[in-house]
Order: sequence, then C-alpha cells, then structure tokens
Amino acid sequence: MASVAPTDDSRSSDGPITRWVTDWGTIVVDGLTMVGDITLFAWQMCVWMFTRLPLQGTLLPNFYQVGVLSLPVVALTGTFIGMVLAVQSYYQFASIGLESRLGGVINMSLVRELGPVLAATMLAGRVGSAMAAVLGTMRVTEQIDALETMGADPIHYLVVPRFLACILLIPALTVMADFMGIVGGYFYSVIILGIDHAAYQTNSREFVGGFDFFSGIFKSVFFGGVIAVVSCYRGFHCLPGAEGVGRAATAAFVYSFVLILAIDLVLNILLDAIYFALWQHSATIL
Amino acid sequence: MTEPIAAPEFDESRLSLRESCGSSEPNDSNDAPLVEADDVSVQFAGQSILKEVTLRIPRGQTLAIIGESGCGKTVLMKTLIGLVKPTSGRVLFDGNDLSSLNYAALTETRRRLGFVFQNAALFDSMTIFQNVAFPLRQHEQLSPEEIEAEVMQRLAEVGLPDEVARKRPAELSGGMRKRVGLARALILKPELVLYDEPTTGLDPIMSDVINELILSTRRKYPVTSVIVTHDMRTARKVADRVLMLFPRTRLRSDQSQILFDGPPSQLEHAEDRRVRQFVRGEAGERLMELRASQNE
Repeated sequence: MASVAPTDDSRSSDGPITRWVTDWGTIVVDGLTMVGDITLFAWQMCVWMFTRLPLQGTLLPNFYQVGVLSLPVVALTGTFIGMVLAVQSYYQFASIGLESRLGGVINMSLVRELGPVLAATMLAGRVGSAMAAVLGTMRVTEQIDALETMGADPIHYLVVPRFLACILLIPALTVMADFMGIVGGYFYSVIILGIDHAAYQTNSREFVGGFDFFSGIFKSVFFGGVIAVVSCYRGFHCLPGAEGVGRAATAAFVYSFVLILAIDLVLNILLDAIYFALWQHSATIL
Repeated sequence: MTEPIAAPEFDESRLSLRESCGSSEPNDSNDAPLVEADDVSVQFAGQSILKEVTLRIPRGQTLAIIGESGCGKTVLMKTLIGLVKPTSGRVLFDGNDLSSLNYAALTETRRRLGFVFQNAALFDSMTIFQNVAFPLRQHEQLSPEEIEAEVMQRLAEVGLPDEVARKRPAELSGGMRKRVGLARALILKPELVLYDEPTTGLDPIMSDVINELILSTRRKYPVTSVIVTHDMRTARKVADRVLMLFPRTRLRSDQSQILFDGPPSQLEHAEDRRVRQFVRGEAGERLMELRASQNE
C-alpha cells in the first residue's frame, strides 16, 4: 500500500494571508535568532581573546593556512584584475584623450576597493569554506564535544586562533593584491598598450594617497573578522551528515561574501565622510 | 588482531553492588551518589526528548542505559555531564549543580570524568600519541618524558602496540580507535567514565575485547561507569544495573520514560512486556505499530 504523505491539517485550513504571514514571520524570527546567535558567538570569542591567549601550537598552523597558503592565489588574481582594469578602461579613456591618466584610475580602484575586496573574497572562498567544513566535520564526528569533555573550551581552542589569523594576516594579503594589481595594470598599460611610462607613474602618484591605502587596509581587517566569525559559526552549527557539512561550507562563503560587500558599502560611506571632513577638497582624476 | 586481555577476577564488591540493585533505591552502603539527575527534561526544537527523568548513580556502580534508537539515551548521558543543558530540572555531580558552576569549576569537574565516544571522536589532525596526551597537556604540568610514559602505559593497558602512537586516527581500525578513545578517557584517572555505544559497529570478538576492557578498567580504578548500549550482551556482562528508556513520543504524558531500573538478571522477568520484547529482540508489536501508522 502506498504511504500517504503527512499533511498539516491546522495549516491547510488557514487562509492564504495567514499562511503568508506565518511563512514570513518564521523567516524573520529565524533570521533574528541567527543574528543573535552569531552575536553571542562573536562575544564569547572576544571574551576568550582578551582573557587567555591561544596556544602557539594552535596559532601557527592557522597562520600558515590563512597567510602563507593564500598568498599565491591572491597574488595571481590581483595581477589579473590589474590587467583586466587596464583592458576595460583604456578605450574609454583613449576616446577622450586621457589614456595617460589610466595609472591613477587603475591604482585608485585597486588600493581603495578591488584589492581589499578581492583578497577578502579569495580568503572567504579558500579559507572560510575550509574552516566551516573542518569545524562542521568536527561537530558531526563529536570532536567538538570531545574537546569540551576534556575541559578545553572549543571557542578558545578552535575559533580564536582562526579569528586572529584572519584579522592579522588579511592586511598583508590585501597589500599583496594591491601590489600585484598595480604591477599587472602597469604591465598591460605600459608594455602592451604603449602608454608613456613617465605619465603613467606621475598620474599614479598624484591621485593615490596615503588615505587611500589606509582605507583599503582598514576595511580588510573587518572583512577578515567577518569571514572568521561567519565561517566558524556555520561550522559549529553544522547539520548532521555529509550534506550538512557541504551546506555549512557553501553558506560560510555566501554569507561572508554578502557581508563583505555590505560592510564595504558602510565603511566606504564612513571613510568618505571622514576624508571630506578632514580634507575639504581632493584631487580628481578628470 | 586481538591482544590478550586478562580475564576478570572475582570481585566481592562487584557482587554486592549487583545484589543491591534489585531495589529501585540506590546502594545505601555508598556515600552520596556521584551523579544525580532530578526531574531532568530536554527539548530540541520544541520536541521533547527527555521528560522528568530522575536518576541517581552511586559511586562505583556500572550503569547500562538501554532502549530503542532515538529514545534519548545519549542525550541523557550528555546531560549528566553538562554537554547538553536540560530544559528543566538539574544535574548534580558530586553534589554540585552543573548549571551553577562557573567555567573554572566546570573544567575542574570535567577533569574528573572520561567520555568514550561512539566513533571515538579522535582528533584527525593529531597523531594517536597527541590524542591520548591531549587531556594531560590540558590539565597537568608534566615534562615531555612523563607525558610519554603515561601515554605509552595507557596504550599498553588497552592492548595497543607502541607503533600505533605515531599513526593518525584514519590509519586505525574501528576497534583500535575505540581502544585509543578509552586510553584517552582514562589518562587522567577519572572518577566517572561514560561509554557511548562502545561495541556498536564492531565484530563479536572485538566487542568482547571492549567489554573486557571496561571490566578490567573497573578492577584497576575505582570508577563509576555509565554505558549507553543496544548490545544486551554488553549490558549483561558489564553492568551492575540496567536502566531502560522509552521514546517520549510514544508515551502518554503521565507515563514514565524509564521502563526498567534494576539488575541485569531481572531483565528477562521485567513486568513491562516492552522490556522483555526489547531484551529478546522481538519486533512483533513494533512492526504492527509501524504498519498502523503507515495506514493512517
């Protein structure tokens, strides 16, 4: 005999508006619960970070994983982004006779925006997903419970070293993405497209200032923190089984990426306000 | 490969514990119970897993918790050591309410217990040596030589050769991993050892090796043990007392979740037919329930 799928009688008797309100209400409550959970998770991590430093043995492998192993991919993507910017911008600027200003456009875009966001995206994809998968597997196989039964706090032992690795090393990765992007942009503009070397350099120096570098590095610290907290949270709250681990890894990247862009917007507005409050006027590329 | 494990010796204290478990009251000859659960209820996502479960585990007793899959055995065991927080009720360890302990006190309490997980829960990123040494490094200030001596002694006690220490958990068989888990649980000489389905997934010989290890642990150290198991052979062989839980969802609200609490010898003669059916592995009534639910 074929089994009949269970039906929810109380729900099926509701009108469409009631169901709509119930569905959206559930989504809102679930969302708020998750925000509260992540906030508490981050708070616990901060408390641990300032009360007891992690062991060297837990810190160094995470530094190696986040910093050293991410360096090649960040450098490579940074180089390509610099060259792509040159390709995309050249014809527009050449059509109004301003191709010599290309250095300013490429380098400003890289140090303020693309370098930090690119480094953070690479970190979220390469390290964030791996963090969620590793911690999720540890949750599923009861290794996190085992840590707790042996008197080691899992947040202190597993999350704090990952968080520190992300916030301390993402500025270095951002500098690498900026540098390689600048090199890539210069290579394509000067060597391939034949823009005058001196004009390219002069414009680069004129329009890119210390505050632009600072804003990129400043934002990257927040991006690193978000990647670590979101990825570790998703790993800690992983659903059972291989599918649960897979979902945790995917969600870690998607949530991190969306939050990186949202934080980028907020911080850009804030940093621009600070910039214009301190320096009333600024150099313009055009 | 099975290493020779010393046969259990006759132990009079063990006999006295078995005899004392015939009544529902705990063994009065001991001091206050090591672990107590008072009206403990646990809910996950609104679903009741445990409801008003009360349990006292005297020092030195070996308690086996049996029951169908999903009845809340592992949840009860994890609640007893504070890994799962009860929705209501309280758990006392050596007279201290676990929910009222601060982090330092809870850590000190956990130092006094060892947990053998169902799949051993060994840390993949560490070698076997590092896994077994982990609790020592966490709680004791010992020299590397002392740590090595302790670890090798524990590995030898569970019948594992020295070469195993350099391997990773993925390189070991299920039985070896369980023995490493036992060595890790015993390294701090705990007062309470909890075993989550210690023989599940093992062949009959290795299951018996694990049973003998549980017995020999009890002979060597004055431990209290809680064993969650489906394996009636394990329950009969190692336990002084057996507690049978029933899934909350299949009980009326006024019915107790504990169907049986007594010595293993009384299991076959339990008044409740569901206990006798479980012990004999008779699925008749359960099959009818499942068919009825399909037809609804």
